[in-house]
Amino acid sequence: MSAIELHLPALQVVLPLIGAMLAALTRSGRLAWAIALVVTWVTAANAVLLVIQVMNSGVPISYVLGGWSVPIGIEYRVDQLNVFVIALVALLGAVVLPYAKRSVAHEIRPELQYGFYTMYLLCLAGLFGMAITGDAFNAFVFLEVSSLSTYVMIALGRHRRALLASYQYLIMGTIGATFYVIGIGILYLITGTLNFADIASRLPEQMDAFGRPAMVALSFLTVGICLKLALFPLHVWLPNAYAYAPSVATALLAGTATKVAIYLLLRIFFSVFGIEISFRTIPIGQVLIVLSVAAMIIAAVIAVFEENTERMLAYSSVSQIGYITLGIALANQAGLTGGLTHIINHAIMKTTMFLALGAVVYRIGTSMLPNLAGIGRKMPLTMAAFVISGLGLVGVPGTAGFITKWYLVLGALEKGAWPLVAVIVASSLIAVVYVGRVVEVAYFKSPSAELADVKDPPLSMLLPILLLAAATLYFGFDTTWSAEWCAQIATDLLGGTS
Amino acid sequence: MKYDVIMRIGVKLVLPFILLFAFYVHFHGDYGPGGGFQAGVMMAGMLILYAIVFGNDALNRVAPRSFVERCVPLGALLFASVGLIGPYFGYRYLDYAPLSTNSIHAREWGILLVELGVLITVAATMTSIYYAFTERGQS
Repeated sequence: MSAIELHLPALQVVLPLIGAMLAALTRSGRLAWAIALVVTWVTAANAVLLVIQVMNSGVPISYVLGGWSVPIGIEYRVDQLNVFVIALVALLGAVVLPYAKRSVAHEIRPELQYGFYTMYLLCLAGLFGMAITGDAFNAFVFLEVSSLSTYVMIALGRHRRALLASYQYLIMGTIGATFYVIGIGILYLITGTLNFADIASRLPEQMDAFGRPAMVALSFLTVGICLKLALFPLHVWLPNAYAYAPSVATALLAGTATKVAIYLLLRIFFSVFGIEISFRTIPIGQVLIVLSVAAMIIAAVIAVFEENTERMLAYSSVSQIGYITLGIALANQAGLTGGLTHIINHAIMKTTMFLALGAVVYRIGTSMLPNLAGIGRKMPLTMAAFVISGLGLVGVPGTAGFITKWYLVLGALEKGAWPLVAVIVASSLIAVVYVGRVVEVAYFKSPSAELADVKDPPLSMLLPILLLAAATLYFGFDTTWSAEWCAQIATDLLGGTS
Repeated sequence: MKYDVIMRIGVKLVLPFILLFAFYVHFHGDYGPGGGFQAGVMMAGMLILYAIVFGNDALNRVAPRSFVERCVPLGALLFASVGLIGPYFGYRYLDYAPLSTNSIHAREWGILLVELGVLITVAATMTSIYYAFTERGQS
């Protein structure tokens, strides 16, 4: 046991990577799914063990690959912040997979299904790698691993437009990744190292001589990562990608991909540059607040007018990401706690909603709003889960979303930023409208004749949906593993310890 | 190119040397420029040249499409699995020390093996792309 415990950080990335290759070798959708199922649950267990290990040790765990010591070799560094993201991604990946079997069989051609599971595992491997690595360039490599597999997953969507959406994301994603590399390159020139912790320790002494290039690096990194996390004006790739990707891919990506990018942003702002440089030397905080506010309001308004429910949720995602970046930009204890908590809360809520819509697509073949008339009566459990998560997005007390907004409001008040409180409330009210539109159509209209035989999806699809909906409620009441943990992480980040 | 005698004979003469050079680049990668990626590209270049001159059926007899496509993940799997030798013997992931008693030799063996994985994946990927383009819409 102890031998395995030592290697947990490496296994977190290696297991899905090897699983992906095995899944590709089978060339059979069914076998590939079985492999993916085993691998995702084992990696989820691995992540939980990692959480326990980090909690017990109290200091970051360092794992050097290949036995090369730190500044030269690549280091996997696990602390409270990234183990939190890893656990979230691993658990979501594991919960979504049982659902995937029928949904993928329904939406993707049989000869391509094994490819989907390969990409699913590869994407997870990339996301874990991005989160776990302590090396800036290694993070870029894993960013590309996860992005490339994401492009393939999106392109496997059932519409031909999926190809275009995937291509659009490919262009934007590549620009984002390039910006990230330029930023890292400049930092490397300034400090002569690629290790995050090492950069952080060497940067302050170089700030006098190389303050300006360091700011350029920070700007490139911020813009590059914000492209990947779909911050408001850089979000244009997201709605189409989410709307046309296979339902399972959308559910996975909505919960994980943008969240890991947010982690990387946090790492750059708080651990590498430190709060002093990131927020006081240049006005990144103010810029982020403005963009977050724009995201929260504008994207939510667009969501209201969207007829395609998957696109509606995608715009809602852009709006919700605004909450997270707002929390980061506030850069105080309550605000950061809110932002971090929203990473987990939004991941759970949005994954539930996309899974529920995926179940609707599985039954009726479309997710356009007019076709959903009366679906609430035909698929009661699925739509109940959708409504619970929808209430979470609105921020109704008793759901996870309320916790987030509470902390965000506290954070805004601490800054004395009253208008931000108004914006949070306004954005929540707009969420009432777009969630309400679906609820109105689904519950208050009578089902058409075509829906006569429609019922809730099979158990393998229903259970993940209900489980995640239950989690939305659970995290609305017990915040030990969401807000309380995040508060601790926020304290660490603001205290400058990495 | 059935009647292009010079082309056919010339290519037949050149092919083994391309392969030889590919292996040279692979095994010599630790002393000079080169390695698995370059060797893989050359090997795929050889297969593609063969296919261009003699047709896809001939290539299919030498390197069947399903085999080539299976080799794509196989190489990456080899790379990832060689890394696991380290943890198995109590070293870190990707530490090749257990491969030999001499640490420099061990690293050389380890790199040679992972580069073989790279070679397989790169050669197979390029050949698969060629197959995908030329046999598009046929199956």
